[in-house]
Amino acid sequence: MKVSKSYPLELNVNGEWKKAEVTPRETLLYVLRERLGHTEVKEGCGKGDCGVCAVLLNGKPVNACLTLALQADGQNVVTLKGIGTPDKPHPLQESFVKKGAIQCGFCSAGMIVSAKALLDENPKPSREEIGKAISGNLCRCTGYKKIIEAIEEAALKLRRTKNDRR
Amino acid sequence: MEYFAPRTVPEALVLMRKWKKKATLIAGGTNIIPSMRSGELKQKVLIDLSQIKILCYIKEEKNRIRIGGLTSISEIASSKIVKIHAPILFEAANQLGNPLVRNRATIAGNLADGSPAADTAVPLLALEATVVIQGGEEKQVPVHQFFVGPNQTVLKRDEMIKEVLVPKFNPNVRTAYSKLGLRNSMAISVVSIAVLMEMEKTFCKKARIGYGAVAPKPIRAYRVEEMLENHELTERLLIACCETIGKEISPISDIRASKEYRTEMASVLLKRVLKQVTQ
Repeated sequence: MKVSKSYPLELNVNGEWKKAEVTPRETLLYVLRERLGHTEVKEGCGKGDCGVCAVLLNGKPVNACLTLALQADGQNVVTLKGIGTPDKPHPLQESFVKKGAIQCGFCSAGMIVSAKALLDENPKPSREEIGKAISGNLCRCTGYKKIIEAIEEAALKLRRTKNDRR
Repeated sequence: MEYFAPRTVPEALVLMRKWKKKATLIAGGTNIIPSMRSGELKQKVLIDLSQIKILCYIKEEKNRIRIGGLTSISEIASSKIVKIHAPILFEAANQLGNPLVRNRATIAGNLADGSPAADTAVPLLALEATVVIQGGEEKQVPVHQFFVGPNQTVLKRDEMIKEVLVPKFNPNVRTAYSKLGLRNSMAISVVSIAVLMEMEKTFCKKARIGYGAVAPKPIRAYRVEEMLENHELTERLLIACCETIGKEISPISDIRASKEYRTEMASVLLKRVLKQVTQ
């Protein structure tokens, strides 16, 4: 088989510009994990059914496995680590831990990305809206109840912080 | 594999003419990437249309709405214009795949893929939408003539979908959409249906019915449309329609459902949507 041609890629990952040489077949998921070391983005089904590889592409949640790396050239990617880190967790990450919304933890990376996108657009989502927003993310531990509660709690916390600032 | 990301339609057309069979088009990638991964797709050249931003729009005109081919499904699923003037397309877009997929998938991709279960095709059939194809020259194909067979459309190697035209309907028209999947999200249709009915009290002046996943391509139910059109709607007629639909479709058995189940559900969904639009 012929070797694929490589192309230069520039990606803004969590605020930092990164460069790589990639082939057209490489997905954004592959490049983030294998070339740029962002292993906080997980690989599940690899075909868009499970949502564990969700990242924000220009602020919108997408499956990194269903996006070619070259399609994201010159654009902004935010991974779970860009949302918050162990030293500086985002309210969503805090509430996932506090509420026990993490069981095996594998879906959390994508769940939190989808939840972040929701709260960015809708600071006061209903349970139904939360359900719809995470409907592309599978939790095989079926811990959805706690996950929805955690998102509700984070939303409340974010609204309070926002109000305090005023 | 070579990769090109044209920024304009003419640039894309030049590449398509140059590479013809050797090239595959990719837009959102939600269908193409899994088939690249499985090895099904062996093309030497990938022409990425996702950077042609000029084809991302939803515009309202006097008698129709125009949706650019590269408009994402999530833009359609959150558009006020679509919600008002094509509510069944709005609903179908909201039920396509899942939010992550909808952010990548495009309306052109959903149609060009040619799946018998293509979610946007079904309401577009009922709405009598037109697909505008750009190749050597521009041409317009009504949606009911666009699909040829499983994963086959009238699109040639050097043609792409530029936009979709959806006529606005008059105030006497009512529409309904229903999709049966095996779960609420990330479901490929077992059967989906969209209807458009123009009523004068209980008299049906116009009926358009689109079906997905019950034939080798998304179809119109012409026989049932004829039974309804220019007739007084009675309970008896509705029952007769639900019996006739089984003869008009040709579903297959697959991993999601059997032929028999699909036939039964095609009738059940027809009854439900007809009730919805006539009540």
